[in-house]
Amino acid sequence: MSPEPNLLKSLDYSVLQQCMHCGLCLPTCPTYLETRHERNSPRGRISLMRAIADGELGTTRAFAEEMDYCLGCLACMTACPAGVDYATLFEAGRAQSEASGAASGPSRRLVRAFTLRFLLFRPWALHAAARLLRLYEASGLRRLVRRSGFFSLLPKRLGEWDRQAPPIQRHFSDGIIAAVETPRGPARHRVAVLSGCIQDVAFPDVNRATVDVLLENGCAVETPRAQSCCGSLHAHNGDLETARELARRQLDSIDPGQFDAILSNSAGCGSHLKHYDRLLAGDPAYAGRAAAWSAKVRDISEWLVEIGFRRPVAPARPVAVTYHEACHLCHGQGITAQPREILRAIPGVELRECAEATMCCGSAGVYSLTQPGTSAWLRDRKVGHLRSTGAMVVATANPGCQLQIQQGFAMETGELRGRPRVVHPVVLLAEAYRAETPSRPAPP
Amino acid sequence: MPCSLQAFADSIFCGQPASLPANRTPLIDELTQILGPAQVLVEKEDLIPYSFDGTAVLRALPRAVVFPRTSSDVVAVLRLAARDRVPVVARGSGTGLSGGSVPSPGSIVLCLVRMDRIIELDARNFTLRAQAGVLTQAIAHAADAEGLFYPPDPGSMKVSTIGGNVAENSGGLRGLKYGVTRDYVMGLEVVLADGEVCLLGNKCVKDVAGYSLKDLFIGSEGTLGVVTEVLLKLLPKPAARQTLLAMYARMESAAETVSAIIAARIVPCTLEFLDSKTIRCVEEYAHVGLPLDADALLLIEVDGHPAAVADDAARIRELCSANGATSVRLAADAAEAARLATARRSAFSALARVKPTTILEDATVPRSELARMIRFIQETARRHRLDIATFGHFGDGNLHPTFLTNEKDAAEMHRVELAMNDIFTEAVALGGTITGEHGVGLAKKAFLRGQLGEASYGLLKRVKRALDPGNLLNPGKIFDP
Repeated sequence: MSPEPNLLKSLDYSVLQQCMHCGLCLPTCPTYLETRHERNSPRGRISLMRAIADGELGTTRAFAEEMDYCLGCLACMTACPAGVDYATLFEAGRAQSEASGAASGPSRRLVRAFTLRFLLFRPWALHAAARLLRLYEASGLRRLVRRSGFFSLLPKRLGEWDRQAPPIQRHFSDGIIAAVETPRGPARHRVAVLSGCIQDVAFPDVNRATVDVLLENGCAVETPRAQSCCGSLHAHNGDLETARELARRQLDSIDPGQFDAILSNSAGCGSHLKHYDRLLAGDPAYAGRAAAWSAKVRDISEWLVEIGFRRPVAPARPVAVTYHEACHLCHGQGITAQPREILRAIPGVELRECAEATMCCGSAGVYSLTQPGTSAWLRDRKVGHLRSTGAMVVATANPGCQLQIQQGFAMETGELRGRPRVVHPVVLLAEAYRAETPSRPAPP
Repeated sequence: MPCSLQAFADSIFCGQPASLPANRTPLIDELTQILGPAQVLVEKEDLIPYSFDGTAVLRALPRAVVFPRTSSDVVAVLRLAARDRVPVVARGSGTGLSGGSVPSPGSIVLCLVRMDRIIELDARNFTLRAQAGVLTQAIAHAADAEGLFYPPDPGSMKVSTIGGNVAENSGGLRGLKYGVTRDYVMGLEVVLADGEVCLLGNKCVKDVAGYSLKDLFIGSEGTLGVVTEVLLKLLPKPAARQTLLAMYARMESAAETVSAIIAARIVPCTLEFLDSKTIRCVEEYAHVGLPLDADALLLIEVDGHPAAVADDAARIRELCSANGATSVRLAADAAEAARLATARRSAFSALARVKPTTILEDATVPRSELARMIRFIQETARRHRLDIATFGHFGDGNLHPTFLTNEKDAAEMHRVELAMNDIFTEAVALGGTITGEHGVGLAKKAFLRGQLGEASYGLLKRVKRALDPGNLLNPGKIFDP
C-alpha cells in the first residue's frame, strides 16, 4: 500500500463499526435502486471504507469512482436503525479518495482548483463569473451560439453544462436587500440571513422573500454583505481543508452571539452550516465559537414554526401545491413537517403529497454535472411523480432541486398542460402576506 | 477531434474507464458468456460488499457474484459449478441474522434480486406466484391492492426477498395468530444441485400426492436446492384492527396477562413484549413517555370482523387491568395506534445505537415458560457482566435477547459466547429451540446437535447427502456434513 494518509483510519472506528449491515438502507438508496449492486449501496460503501481502514483494501480508483457515484443524499441516514453517521463517512471517504490521488487526473485537478479554490472561495469571483454568465444568457449570445451548432463540435458534456447553467438574475441579493432591515412594529427577534451562492445569483427573490416573511414576523434582519460560500460543496467533494477555512471565515464575519438565530433557506447549505461544530471540533481557536454557531443555525421553515409565524389572512386563491423534500432538509436536518405547515397556512393552498417525496431529484450539488446519466434518470422519475399529483405548483426548499426540477419540466415531451411553477415555500408565504388587504392586522 | 475533446471532458470528472479484471478464469468466462458481463462480478471492490449478511462479525469473500434473471440462468450456473466442484451460495438481499448467506470461502454467490417479477395474482384461488427475488413488501402490497392479505411480516420485509424468507422460514410479529412463512407456501420451483428443476405443490388446498417435498426446502437455508419461484397462499384482508398498550411494574404480571388472554380464548394477531432495559433505551431514544421504572410493556393488536375486534379489545383491556397492569391505553384511531406501536417499532433502533456491535438472538420457548426464560436471561446478563436487552413476540414464545457489545473487545466477546451457550442450553431444557425464526446458519451450528439429538441430527445429514452429494450448496451451513 502507498504511504497515503489514511483519513478513514483516523476516523473514530466506532463510526464505521456502528453499521451492522442489516440492509434496511438498501431500498432507500437511489444508486442501489439503479444497479442492485451492493457496492452501490450505503452498507456496501461502508464495507469498502472499513476494508480501507483495516488495510485490507487500498484506496483504489474503483473506490474513488464509487464515492463519486454516491449522491450524498443521506436517505440512508433516515432509514438506518442504528444511527450510522453516514454524512461523516461520506465526507471522509471522498476526502480519502482525493487525498490519495486515486480519483484525479490533471484536468480534474484543474477544474477542482478553479471551482472549489477560486470560484466558490472568493465572493467577488463568483459575482464576476455570474455577471459574465448573465451577459452570455441575456445578450442573445447564448441563442446565437446554440443556433450555430457550435456545441456539436465540442464535448457533449459542455453542451450539457450550458443547458444546466442557472439563469442569472440582473440584481443579486445585495442589490435588493439592505444590510439591516427592521420590522414595522417592535423587533422581537434579531436574526442573520445567509444569502448562499447559487441562491444569491440565481434566486435572489427567495432571499428577498425570506427577509420579507421575517419582517412580517417581528424579526430584525441583518444580511451581511459579501458573504463567503459556506463550504458545503467543498466538504461534500472531499476538500475538508478548504471547507474548514471557509467556516472560519464565516465565523469571523458573523458573531453568533449577536443573533437569536442564523438562518439559511438553502437545504444543502443549512445541513452543512449546522455541523460547523463537528467540522472545527479539532481547532482550539474556533471550536467554542463553532459550537455556539451550530446551536443558532436554523432552516427558515424551522425558525418560522419555532417562533409561531403569523398565518396570512389574504383572500384564498385556490391552488394545488405538491412538495418535493430536499434531501438535506429531510434527511440531513430531519425537517419534514415545518415546510408543510407553512404551505398549509397559505389561504387557498391544497397540499397534495407526491410519491417518493423524500427521494433525491438527482441535483445533489455538482452531481448533475459529474454523473449526468444517473442524475437525469432521477430527475425524470421525480418529475413523473410530481406530474401525477396534477399540482401546477411544486414547492421545494433548495436551489439545486429548484433548478433540477425546472429543467426536468423544460425537457418533458409529449402532450402536457402547462409547465408547473417551481418555487421555495417562503416565496409563496411572502406572496400571501403581500396579497393581504391594506387593512391587515399590524404585526403584534 | 470532437472525440478526443469528449474524452477529455469525461476524464475531468469521471476519470478513466476501469481496467479489465485480472482475475478471469475459464469458469468466470463461461458464466460471463451465459449471463452477460454486467451479471458477473469478480473485482475485489465488488466482492467485499457481498462478504457478509445482516449477522454481526461473520465475513468471508466469495470468488464471484452472479445475477441470474431466469430459472434457466440458475440451472446453467449450478451445472457449471457442479462440473467444476465450486460451492454456490444463494442469497437475496442479505438480511439474514444467522450467517446463512455469508459466502462459503471461494464460493459463487448466486444473488437472486434481479428475479423480481410477480407472475400472477389469482384472486379466485387466493394465490400469488412470484419469482424468488421479489421483495416481501412488494408481495404484501400486491395482495393488499386486491383486498387480500399476506400475513408474514419479518422485521426486514421492506428489503428481504420472498426466496430468502422461504429459505429461512421467516417469522414476524403475527406468528401467534397467523403462523410463519411455511404456512403460506403452497408450491415451489426448486433447482437442485445437479441443475434439475422440480415443481413442488400446486394451488390445491388438499394435495397428498407423494411426499410433501416443498416442506423439505422451506427453512433449508439454501443447502438442498435453490428456490427460484414461489406459489403463496393469501387470506382475505381483516376488516378492522385495534391496538392496546399496557405497562407493568412486574414482568410476571405481563406474563400472567398473556396467559389470561389465551385462557379467555382470544387470539391477538400480535402480542409483543419489551423488558425493562429495552423500555429505558427506547425512552432515551424516542421520548414516547414510557415510565422508566416499568418492568415490562405489552403491545397487543387484534384484527378481524369489526364487532369481534371491539369485543376482544374490551375484554383484553379488562384482563390487563385485572392482572396488574399499571396503565392500559386503547388506540382511538389509526394515528393513535401508530403512536402506541412506536415503542415496539423503535425497540431495535434504540438498542442498536447503544454499543458498536448489536447481536440479535432468537431463542424461543413454549409460551408457558416465557417469564422463566426472561428472568434467566436477565440473570445471565448479570452473571457474565453483559448488556442484554430482551424484547420479542410474547404470543408465540419467540424472544429476542439482544447483546449490546463491541466485537473489538475480545474479552467481552468471550463472555458473550458463554452467555449465549447458557441461554441456548436453558431454552432447550425448557422444551424450546435455539432459533425461532433466524435459522441456524453459521451462528448456531455448534448448538444444533444438542437440541436435536443424534438420530434427528443424523437424519438431516442423510437428507443433505441424498440431495447434494457433492456438498456444493451453501456448504458448512446448519451443520458440517
